[in-house]
Amino acid sequence: MKSLIKEFTKGIAIENPTFGLVLGLCPTLAVSTSLINAIGMGVAATFVLLGSNIIISAVRRLIPAQIRIPCFIVIIATFVTINELMMKAFFPALNQALGIFVPLIVVNCIVLGRAEAFACKRPVLDSIFDALGMGVGFTLALCIIAAVREVLGAGTFLGFGLVKGFEPITVFILAPGALLTMGILIGIVNYWHIKLKTSKEITKAGCDGCK
Amino acid sequence: MADKLTVGTSPHIHGRELTSKVMWSVFLVLAPAGLAGVWIFGIPALKVILVSTLTCVVTEALIQKLTRKKIIIGDGSAALTGLLLAYNLSSSVPLWMPIIGGVFAMAICKHAFGGLGANIFNPALAARAFLLASWPKHMTEFINPALVHNGWVKLFSADTVTSATPLVMLKEGKVQSLAGLGLSYWDLFLGKRGGCIGEVCILALLIGAAYLLWKKYIWWQTPTGFILALGGLSWIFGQNGFFKGDFLFSILSGGLILGSFFMATDYVTSPLTRRGQLLFGISCGAIAFVIRRFGGYPEGVSYSILIMNAAVPLIDRYVRQKRYGVK
Repeated sequence: MKSLIKEFTKGIAIENPTFGLVLGLCPTLAVSTSLINAIGMGVAATFVLLGSNIIISAVRRLIPAQIRIPCFIVIIATFVTINELMMKAFFPALNQALGIFVPLIVVNCIVLGRAEAFACKRPVLDSIFDALGMGVGFTLALCIIAAVREVLGAGTFLGFGLVKGFEPITVFILAPGALLTMGILIGIVNYWHIKLKTSKEITKAGCDGCK
Repeated sequence: MADKLTVGTSPHIHGRELTSKVMWSVFLVLAPAGLAGVWIFGIPALKVILVSTLTCVVTEALIQKLTRKKIIIGDGSAALTGLLLAYNLSSSVPLWMPIIGGVFAMAICKHAFGGLGANIFNPALAARAFLLASWPKHMTEFINPALVHNGWVKLFSADTVTSATPLVMLKEGKVQSLAGLGLSYWDLFLGKRGGCIGEVCILALLIGAAYLLWKKYIWWQTPTGFILALGGLSWIFGQNGFFKGDFLFSILSGGLILGSFFMATDYVTSPLTRRGQLLFGISCGAIAFVIRRFGGYPEGVSYSILIMNAAVPLIDRYVRQKRYGVK
């Protein structure tokens, strides 16, 4: 159980797909203009990730190593198609807003990366927790970026106006703002990681010294 | 005997130029253009200049304090960035804009890259681009001095008339030539037109530039390449046909003189060799022409410099001097 929790939390913190592994940047930069889009994209990607991880992990012994990538793509594309049809049926507005980035989940580095690096080597249960962790981590990162961009760039939060008379910094809604927000957030996360690491090392050394 | 000999590493000979001396010299030679801007646009221009310069200096000091670096605001580089940022703004901007621009220039464009000497892009121009993308309405509203100005009286008066710059009018097709604007080349040369605070008075800018060239703080390659490329291309591919463009108008009407002499020659963000600088200047001119003529914006000088800033490492590599004896 402990290892399963570890598989889950690593995707949120240390190996966060956006801030740690820096994967799947194309949808991250493109759809993070508003928080609602970010949540939609995150949930969609998590669904695909979960589905593909389960199937790939279940049939991992049947897939020949030479043609594993095409096999992964077929499995992933199946779930993306399910996802797209469901979205079109139940959330047409969100589907419109996300546009091409819904079908593009097929080639999302995070999904393919987890299939290649994790699901094709590990049992189903591990893969489920890995997919959930990565999906939640991706969604959280996307939401943080989108929240910053929406508040600064449009002056709204989830579509509600915040302060009257605030002239939004339009650049944050535009492409440069995406890269700017992303860069600053990665900088903060790295600073935090380094700080955490050094403080851990110091305490470790102290405890070892006591023995 | 031993303590009479000092052993040090090279270089053993150096000019007595310090960063601070060069920076403050540039700052001082830019002053006439600022005074002209205040004379032309009135007290609001002075406020923008002061706020912008102060913001940059304070921000740099704060960042250096927070990151526990040595505080070197005395070298004038932050003040110069602030001054150049103000010169790139309209005099009618609300005062929170130079503050945000100054913080952006110092924190993101300069210190996030590692401080003085490590920034890829000219901080003042990057901040201008940031402000222009965020609040285009404020950034493109200019006071027209030709309509309201009559000397000292207007300096303290609040009522003003906003208008577009000559380049905007040309872009929108409202006028075809200089005569249509009701201006002469002399008016443009002295700065009696709408525009940014520091770019309008060509005369004051040229006086400052001449001093920098004489003291060899800047080389002629970048500005010459820039001006000839932009003016020449505007002349060849004129609005009314080949070789019918207005060479002088294209030089005098925008931010070209300010950009080519004071922004494109920034030590940190321009090529090291003279040949590289010439290439840099010509490329800037060509890009600025393409933006002016075919792009969405009326003026392209600032963007052209920013684009070429990114290409500086490439240029430096391309024009690197061959060692003697190497084939």
